[in-house]
Amino acid sequence: MSALLLGLHRPGSTLLHRLPAGAKLLLLAAASILIAVVRGPASAWVAVAVAIGLLAWAGADPRTTVRSLRGLMIVLVVLGVFQVWQAGWALAFERVGDLLAMVLLATVVTTTTPVDDMVDALVRALRPLRPLGVNPEAVALAFSLMLRAIPAVAEIAEEARQAAVARGLERSPRARLTPLVIRVVARARLTGEALHARGLADD
Amino acid sequence: MTITFEAVTVSFPGADGPVSVLAETTLTLEERRVALIGPNGSGKSTLARLVNGLVTATSGRVLVDGLDPDRDGREVRRRVGFAFTDPAAQLVMPTAVEDVALSLRRTHPDKEERRRAALDLLDQAGLAGLGDRSVHALSGGQRQLLALTGVLATNPTILVADEPTTLLDLANTRRIADLLFGLEQQLLLVTHDLGLAERCDRGVVMDEGRVVFDGPAAEAVAHYRATA
Repeated sequence: MSALLLGLHRPGSTLLHRLPAGAKLLLLAAASILIAVVRGPASAWVAVAVAIGLLAWAGADPRTTVRSLRGLMIVLVVLGVFQVWQAGWALAFERVGDLLAMVLLATVVTTTTPVDDMVDALVRALRPLRPLGVNPEAVALAFSLMLRAIPAVAEIAEEARQAAVARGLERSPRARLTPLVIRVVARARLTGEALHARGLADD
Repeated sequence: MTITFEAVTVSFPGADGPVSVLAETTLTLEERRVALIGPNGSGKSTLARLVNGLVTATSGRVLVDGLDPDRDGREVRRRVGFAFTDPAAQLVMPTAVEDVALSLRRTHPDKEERRRAALDLLDQAGLAGLGDRSVHALSGGQRQLLALTGVLATNPTILVADEPTTLLDLANTRRIADLLFGLEQQLLLVTHDLGLAERCDRGVVMDEGRVVFDGPAAEAVAHYRATA
């Protein structure tokens, strides 16, 4: 259940909840560009602090938030160590902070916005591209599936880990990764069949 | 509605040539509830999947209300709903209400109206109060009920259910069975639960890709018990 937060909307009545989904996605894009452009570790960690404040305002459960970010933390630590080795402390702090701030801000958007609203916003935004052959509904559905896939893959990964532990293979990356990859591909295939069966692949 | 299989065969490519999974089969299904029973790998799911085009016949012809699932796929899928064994693969949206609402996008363009309709359907399915719950946080029985609700929201005239109770405990099997047997839709039920099969109007027993018995459900179950 570790990645639940990225796929979970928490209903509420704050200004963040009331803002239109399109506006939130645009603000997220603008904030991400700003975070990437402004240089220096201080600004990156100010952005992290702001994002944490917004998460609290949105009513996100702190324990669930921390739990959901455990996997990301491991990636950030590895990235940080690599950056310290390659580019020094200052740049490592800046890049890790930038990435963390962007993920937290994205979490604010998913926490305060029903997926249905995001799908509608995407469909509206992509409608002008229809003459170029873009199918807005198909792109929006792919977006929803991506959000749904995050906790689903996390659950499969946890089951693969438990199966490896049960066989005394907890230190074997192959025992954990092979079933994970096979089951994720099988799940993707089943999901495709389910979409097909519900007639959603016809639109 | 009539489902017709006319000399249908299905085979898949194998290392040593084509592997047959369904031998030549001719059937006409008109009863309201039909059970497909038989051992694992007997061709039940393949036969069921032919009905809405998830599997394509290698030879022969399948007709659903006169429509060919390969040629008229879109029209057939509007008539035929399909419920899978594992509901997790079928639930494509993060929350319960959003998943049902996805099935209603065509019939309810207004978002608020769509959400209300989805919540009503969840209430009717016994999932009241779980609309905003992550599909991930639901129990196995709740997930299967939700998956069925999502399929039934498209208002199909035929429901194909492929072992919908296999992963469930006794209480949840009863809930799903009550839902399935309370439907007005025609039901094609693939199942290992012989109690459920006996409640159908007709039973088709399959073994090694062939229909080995076809008749009243109670007789089909008795035949399967005697030969298994």
